[in-house]
Amino acid sequence: MKKLVVISGKGGTGKTSVAASFAVLAERPVIADCDVDAADLHLVLAPRIRERHDFTSGHQAVIRQQDCNGCGTCSEVCRFEAVEKKNRENGAVTYVIDPVACEGCGVCVRFCPQRAIDFPESLCGEWMVSETRCGPMVHARLGIAAENSGKLVSIVRREARRIAEAENRSVIIVDGPPGIGCPVIASLTGATLVLVVTEPTVSGEHDLERVLALARHFNMPAAVCVNKWDINPEMTERIENMAGSSGAKIAGRIRYDRAVTAAQMQERAVVETKAPCVQDIQHIWKQLGL
Amino acid sequence: MILAIASGKGGTGKTTLAVNLAHAFGRPLQLLDCDVEEPNGQLFLPGDALVEEIVTIPVPQVDESLCDSCGECGRFCAYHAIVSFGAKALVFAEMCHGCGGCAKVCPQKAIREIPKRIGVVEKRKSGDIVLLTGRLDVGQAMAPPLIRAVKECLNQNMPAILDAPPGTSCPVIVTIRGADFVLLVTEPTPFGLHDLKLAVDMVRELRIPFGVVVNRVGSGDDRVHVYCRRENVPILAEIPDDRRIAEAYSRGNLIVEALPEYRDLFADLAKKLLKAGNGGGG
Ligand code: SF4
Ligand code: SF4
Repeated sequence: MKKLVVISGKGGTGKTSVAASFAVLAERPVIADCDVDAADLHLVLAPRIRERHDFTSGHQAVIRQQDCNGCGTCSEVCRFEAVEKKNRENGAVTYVIDPVACEGCGVCVRFCPQRAIDFPESLCGEWMVSETRCGPMVHARLGIAAENSGKLVSIVRREARRIAEAENRSVIIVDGPPGIGCPVIASLTGATLVLVVTEPTVSGEHDLERVLALARHFNMPAAVCVNKWDINPEMTERIENMAGSSGAKIAGRIRYDRAVTAAQMQERAVVETKAPCVQDIQHIWKQLGL
Repeated sequence: MILAIASGKGGTGKTTLAVNLAHAFGRPLQLLDCDVEEPNGQLFLPGDALVEEIVTIPVPQVDESLCDSCGECGRFCAYHAIVSFGAKALVFAEMCHGCGGCAKVCPQKAIREIPKRIGVVEKRKSGDIVLLTGRLDVGQAMAPPLIRAVKECLNQNMPAILDAPPGTSCPVIVTIRGADFVLLVTEPTPFGLHDLKLAVDMVRELRIPFGVVVNRVGSGDDRVHVYCRRENVPILAEIPDDRRIAEAYSRGNLIVEALPEYRDLFADLAKKLLKAGNGGGG
């Protein structure tokens, strides 16, 4: 079974539009939206949800106000500035925890002399298994301000693999997260190939270098395609040269085409329309040889 | 005033807005690039890297001669970053959040903390703008501590613009916490609207006043405008879908310099933000 992860370094390079097109072009794929922070693939593939699962991750410290005597130990031991000092109505000092800042390490819970801190599990989002016109899709929604998107990405990735194995499907198409941190690293595990969709801009070039370094760091074969290449042909060439010399395969170029947004408005993958750039995307898909 | 620029998804023009707006204020200010996984601000505001400061987090180191394999550290660690299955404790530094708990709970005092490099903060000057860039080392997973390090360099006496990472999860929260105002950048498309809604929920939860900038107006339809009207969210600026902007951006040029006709747009926005920042609210 093969697994293609489509990433972009910086977001907004057309990664999701490309991934949606591959989902249409691939034969019997499983689709995984690992961009759990800003999951957009469902806006194109219109999934019918079959299963929903809660995503709980880690814990959250909560101080029981009636048991807090205001000693301040929690605030001293917390390294994440998550404990705030407050005054009670009678003027006495108490402490509360900012749920948004708490990283759930549990240090305050352990060291509170009054044992006044609870540590419930925190609900951080949900993940879903759905049916789309292209095949089964695993996707997720991370709660606002939630942490550990890396862990949620890992769940989506694993579930997609499980379905692919159970239904004997030959390829997993992953819409990856932006950046080079924890979520991306989690999405790369077990990939056959990483396709980086970039743009011919100074920032695209800069981000691509970092993403390719990451792929090398994990010994992952990488391919590159430049989207909207004709916005800056010189930069496109520069990027392709840089990518080539760092060992990535050049998979092709996609022209600047307003029809990409138009397809999005109609909730269709670009390759399901008659847009001029369709042939560019088809060519890239062939080049990937999946 | 601390102004944060965020967006539900990447590529909506956050950095473009941040660097051009920084120019449009026309006064000394700080620009903090908190998109530490892919910092781009310096590409548009060249200046020499004046100072580079290494950022570390404390991670445990186990003194094996003292460790008696009791396993207390492993039972404590919420992130499975230290384990001891009947053997000497083993540290997985890349998963460690640096909470310091294991060193505190170890009955043998066998754990001490040593600094581990995760990235750098670069300080440079470009004209009136002090640019502070956080740069996460490749292969490092922990963006939040690096973002905190960038924010610690903030000079409270000078206005600041914070360029946040994309999304709505912890790195973004760490960035915009403590800001006086948040600008959410979006596009008039289905993806843009979907991600804007998530971002709006996030800033509402944090109770920070905010407004919206719609980028590439003309490329989609009016769904973002309809939403903002319904939700009573002010649209503070609209940047048209102009291929010349994309081209200027691709070369690393500032819009306010390459296309002077857009100067007023950014200057007006700067004025509105100053008003909002001075107690006008969102
Ligand atoms: S659990 Fe950790 S991060 Fe949360 S408040 Fe307690 S010490 Fe701070
Ligand atoms: S410092 Fe905290 S996060 Fe790091 S290994 Fe120790 S207990 Fe785990």
